[in-house]
Amino acid sequence: MASKGIKDAVAIVGMGCTRFGERWESSTDDLLLEAVGEALGSAGVERDDVDAYWLGTLGSGQSGLTLSRPLGIDHKPVTRVENYCATGSESFRNACYAVASGAYDRVMAVGVEKLKDSGFSGLLRADPPSDGTAAELSLTAPAAFSLLDPAYTAKYGVDPAAMREAMTHVAWKNHVNGARNVKAQFRKEVSRETIEGAPKVAGRLGIFDCSGVSDGAAAALVVPAEQAYDYTDRPIFVKALSLAAGPMRGGLDPSYDFTTFPEVVHSATDAYAQAGITDPRAEISLAEVHDCFTPTEIVLMEDLGFTARGQAWKDVLAGEFDLGGRLPVNVDGGLKSFGHPVGASGLRMLYEAWLQLRGEAGERQLADPRLALTHNLGGRPGGCVSFVSVVGSERG
Amino acid sequence: MTIGVLAYGAYLPSYRLGADSGVRGRRVVASFDEDATTMAVEAARGLPAPGSLWWASTTPPYLDKTNAAAVHAALRLPSSVPAADLVGSARSTFAALRAALATGGLVVAADVRVGKPGSLDEKGGGDGAAALLLGEGPAIAEVLGSAGDTLELLDRWRDPQRTTGEQWEERFGFEQYAGLVRSVAARLLDDAGLAEADHVVVTSGNAGITKRAGALVKGALSSSGSPIGFSGAADPLLGLAAVLDTAGPDETILVLSAVDGCDGLLLRTTPLLPSHRAARSVAAQLETGREVRYPTYLSWRGLLERELPRRPEPDRPAGPPSYRAGEWKFGFTGSRCTACGFLHLPPLRVCRSCSAVDAMEPESVADLTGKVATFTIDRLAFSPSPPVVDVVVDFEGGGRTTLEVADADPGLIDVGTEVGLVFRRLFTAGNVHNYFWKARVR
Repeated sequence: MASKGIKDAVAIVGMGCTRFGERWESSTDDLLLEAVGEALGSAGVERDDVDAYWLGTLGSGQSGLTLSRPLGIDHKPVTRVENYCATGSESFRNACYAVASGAYDRVMAVGVEKLKDSGFSGLLRADPPSDGTAAELSLTAPAAFSLLDPAYTAKYGVDPAAMREAMTHVAWKNHVNGARNVKAQFRKEVSRETIEGAPKVAGRLGIFDCSGVSDGAAAALVVPAEQAYDYTDRPIFVKALSLAAGPMRGGLDPSYDFTTFPEVVHSATDAYAQAGITDPRAEISLAEVHDCFTPTEIVLMEDLGFTARGQAWKDVLAGEFDLGGRLPVNVDGGLKSFGHPVGASGLRMLYEAWLQLRGEAGERQLADPRLALTHNLGGRPGGCVSFVSVVGSERG
Repeated sequence: MTIGVLAYGAYLPSYRLGADSGVRGRRVVASFDEDATTMAVEAARGLPAPGSLWWASTTPPYLDKTNAAAVHAALRLPSSVPAADLVGSARSTFAALRAALATGGLVVAADVRVGKPGSLDEKGGGDGAAALLLGEGPAIAEVLGSAGDTLELLDRWRDPQRTTGEQWEERFGFEQYAGLVRSVAARLLDDAGLAEADHVVVTSGNAGITKRAGALVKGALSSSGSPIGFSGAADPLLGLAAVLDTAGPDETILVLSAVDGCDGLLLRTTPLLPSHRAARSVAAQLETGREVRYPTYLSWRGLLERELPRRPEPDRPAGPPSYRAGEWKFGFTGSRCTACGFLHLPPLRVCRSCSAVDAMEPESVADLTGKVATFTIDRLAFSPSPPVVDVVVDFEGGGRTTLEVADADPGLIDVGTEVGLVFRRLFTAGNVHNYFWKARVR
């Protein structure tokens, strides 16, 4: 593995996250001001103390001006990044490297998305002019991820009814968690009957198998690890940052079976090596993963090494990833119920890690968490970018 | 130079107008993703490559742009083969035949005939395509003669801006055409030294003519009109195809088409015919098919506007990328790595298996079959006829790609289902038709 990592070189000393949801009253500018303001406040610094910014957004603006204009940032470097649904994580990753390089001492990573102004269902694509033949031009995200379901049940001989139950459990669990989160889009527990009876969107996926389409923003202030305690007595330290962009082979190669994301396996392996993690199941206290659709979360449990191949559906049903389970996953409600404002989601995952590792997660607070993993994915089965980070409450 | 009929083909769409339309019988209707270009491709696929291509239609998907060029591309013909449109009236088919009789060539005619709801055209029309390959070489039928008489007549007409047309009283046209049909038939038979033809096919946009085909000119063995109702430019060739499906060797066939005059073609079949018939007979195609509900059909034709999913309409295909990817988009030609054999659909320059760069050979899999690796029903995607069924297809000779399913019956699709490929129009956006291939259950 070529990546050397920057374990314990940088730390997060302030974070902010807006309430996610249908924010009809708030513009992109408003969301940015809200998230950045909260992050600055939590670190106890002023806007002009920040040396550089990275802004992630899929489609709510272009260029660094999308951030510099609403904040009135005066001639500072602001870079806009985009990496599909992993955009927020990409902004964070670049901010960390900017600090680790020694170029800046205070860098803010920001992510924002204003999805609800379009009037359309689901995510929109902004594709370059094309010949009109690519399947992904028409195949929607729920349809693309629904391909996992029949492939998984066929490969492991899982009764489709049991798989459906596991998918339902993921949605049920993430709603239970989201109900305990004041910033979540959907703050309501949903019965298994309601989940299974919902209108179908694609394949066997119903509305409750899909993440929330929402507006929101999140931000993190990154500083050199050795300066972290100048800002807060409870900073969180970056142990690993890994990104893998796949060659999009799965859509071309008959040997790919739609039961795994090779990109996730690569990024997780790399991240564990960077962080020095040898037994992720035992060492990781909580994981925020990319539950864009319920079968995705099931497959991710295997790709991230949280369980053995073909076992995730059983572990899910056994409650191992529930709030009180062996390895709580998406404690904040996940994309499913916290919502998925694309550019903000990766930073939202880190926000939950920040709260949990600092003991500030309120009624969903876990007992003494040490290491948190965030996993953020952009693309679809057959070709995606996958991001994995590991953050911890202690340096060294 | 002796030009004969070398081969023929016919294509009928698989939908029939539902009983809820009030139309009795099985009115053949093209699916929402079919047009005169896509059906022409289906009729001509599998025929030997021609020296020229003549495409005829009364319902051209484009004007100003040569529709035959897309057919040419989908048939993967060399650029040196000329391709041209003859469009407007159903007579265009005989104009195409006249060109091909002189030099050899492929005549392919196709039409999507639309009538106003409740009209005779809706009830008595038919959608389909047929192809006839003429040239030198071993023929399935010799050409004994051809003729074409012209008559200016206000019998059937259509405003170019409209999809549905108008007719004068049927009996008016019938009386004018009847004499012409008889006289053209007599002249052709006379010139060939025949008293009568074994098979007579009479097609016309005037239903009176086709209803009384046998009475006008009787064949010794058979007399027929259109096999599916008036199918515009496709009609004379579909009628001929249906006869070629069953005729014996050394039998004469007289095809008469009464449209603004009367055209005729007299053929004599050869002993090669029985072993060189079309792979799919007209009758066999007519027998199959399933009903489409009337409101769905009306929405396919733009006669009824339905609520669509809350999704943006797709972007129109762009000219330069479509040009660069032409072999893929129209010919379903991928690239096979010469170093390791991995087949890429669509074509790529860097091998996904062994990373070799620019070591590719083009390879089309348009005529191959494949198996469904996984599938889904997308109820959210934009489509002129939702829901969209998508399949990941693994081809028999290697290669995988994701395609929409044509004429989809979701109940028939499962992992492992065998599919072939058909040329269709995915959607139309910004007045551009997005032609590409779809999977179809075999």
